[in-house]
Amino acid sequence: MFLINCPFCGERDQSEFSSGGEAHIVRPKQPTELSDDEWAEYLFMRKNIKGVQFERWNHTHGCRKWFNVVRDTSNDKILSVYKMGEKPPENYK
Amino acid sequence: MNNKYSIFSLIKNAFSNHENWSQAWGNPEPKKEYDAIIVGGGGHGLATAYYLAKKHNLKNIAVLEKGWIGGGNTGRNTTIIRSNYLWDASAGLYDHALKLWENLSQELNYNVMFSQRGVMNLAHNLQDVRDLKRRTHANRLNGIDAVWLNTEEVKRFCPIINTSPDIRYPVLGGTLQRRAGTARHDAVAWGYARGASLMGVDIIQNCEVKGIKRNGERVEGLETTKGFIKTNKIGVVAAGHSSVIANMAGLKLPLESKPLQALVSEPVKPIIDTVVMSNAVHAYVSQSDKGELVIGAGTDSYVSYTQRGSHNIVEETLKAILELYPIFSRMKMLRQWGGIVDICPDASPIISKTNIKGLYFNCGWGTGGFKATPGSGDLFAHTIANDEPHKLNAAFNLNRFVSGDLVDEHGAAAVAH
Repeated sequence: MFLINCPFCGERDQSEFSSGGEAHIVRPKQPTELSDDEWAEYLFMRKNIKGVQFERWNHTHGCRKWFNVVRDTSNDKILSVYKMGEKPPENYK
Repeated sequence: MNNKYSIFSLIKNAFSNHENWSQAWGNPEPKKEYDAIIVGGGGHGLATAYYLAKKHNLKNIAVLEKGWIGGGNTGRNTTIIRSNYLWDASAGLYDHALKLWENLSQELNYNVMFSQRGVMNLAHNLQDVRDLKRRTHANRLNGIDAVWLNTEEVKRFCPIINTSPDIRYPVLGGTLQRRAGTARHDAVAWGYARGASLMGVDIIQNCEVKGIKRNGERVEGLETTKGFIKTNKIGVVAAGHSSVIANMAGLKLPLESKPLQALVSEPVKPIIDTVVMSNAVHAYVSQSDKGELVIGAGTDSYVSYTQRGSHNIVEETLKAILELYPIFSRMKMLRQWGGIVDICPDASPIISKTNIKGLYFNCGWGTGGFKATPGSGDLFAHTIANDEPHKLNAAFNLNRFVSGDLVDEHGAAAVAH
């Protein structure tokens, strides 16, 4: 349980949000060209990192907008929040 | 070490005030090399080592555990055992485990307190009724005992359930598997550890894996906090931390690790003599032999390795429990905790070889791995020893995420496992 600083609404309880999982998984540009292995990679395979992870979140019970979060999954501390389309912060890579 | 537990050993040890019982399993330092190493000393890992030694004649085996054995999800789950899964592959897998449970205390010479008190799954809406009836039929076609109970029969089987039609989640019926039940989770880990140790398996606690050494496409050994250990077969049974180990070998798995919570109440006199699961509202209740209510909740929606979980998840579960069992309204909860469960997209496990020779994974059990402990160990041991899956776990390979041949139990068995 933690607070998330929605870039549009400010700090709210985590239970107002839905997790969209790992961020920056690029949707295939030419789906028809993809092999089964590439589909599996895109659809199912996840880094599932213990430590600093880049994620997507949606403020479901608020503004309903998507945004990105950098969070340490070993202690649930949120390190950074940035809007969709913005460059991910460099210092956590 | 070689004491068989029996009425005679009990009497003999009574004469020395029970002060001379020998250690149940050894505490060795790791050797330089093993024929096979199991990473993870939970129930599944210890069972794997046990069956490798017992059925596949591998004696030079080690189990590496970063904490203490059975201290992870084995000691954190709500101990529910059942096999009423919808799909044929799952039914085969879980019923294989259930059959092993039925004789496990004899097999291990260790009382795992397996209690076939029945598991009832409740239906709260018309779609639940259709799904659960369908599952009952599927179970019976697979030779798994299952019956459908209407509301009155549910009430008769478990009288403390509120079956009033005007509650938020009315009970429209339920399924019952009488062979299902519970077991003592710690005893399962300890029994397998003792059994494996007696056959010469080295159980090495406080030994964390730090890296996997590869030579091209095959494994050569493990870097650990107790130094490098050579082996050409590694079986990873690390539950919530499977992805962490996989990343060491440069592998990605289709898993997400999330906290799953449980709680226990103060002990009370016997009040519920079965297990009742309500999958739609994430409320699972049974009573331990000590008298505590054992309550299972749902998972958090996000990846986390914190072993605690969110307050709102517990709150929702307790709301549902109070509505279904008004008699519990003044019970006090003693403890609450979380375990990290590794969930597959299709909510079925992976017991599989990988593209790297000598590296095997047993993971993805998600929210319900305890029930499968003996079967999982048996089939994983077979897979490691023969470098080929057993026919019962062939469907649970890693390649199913490429071929699309998923074992989709998420929609089939509702949410809980």
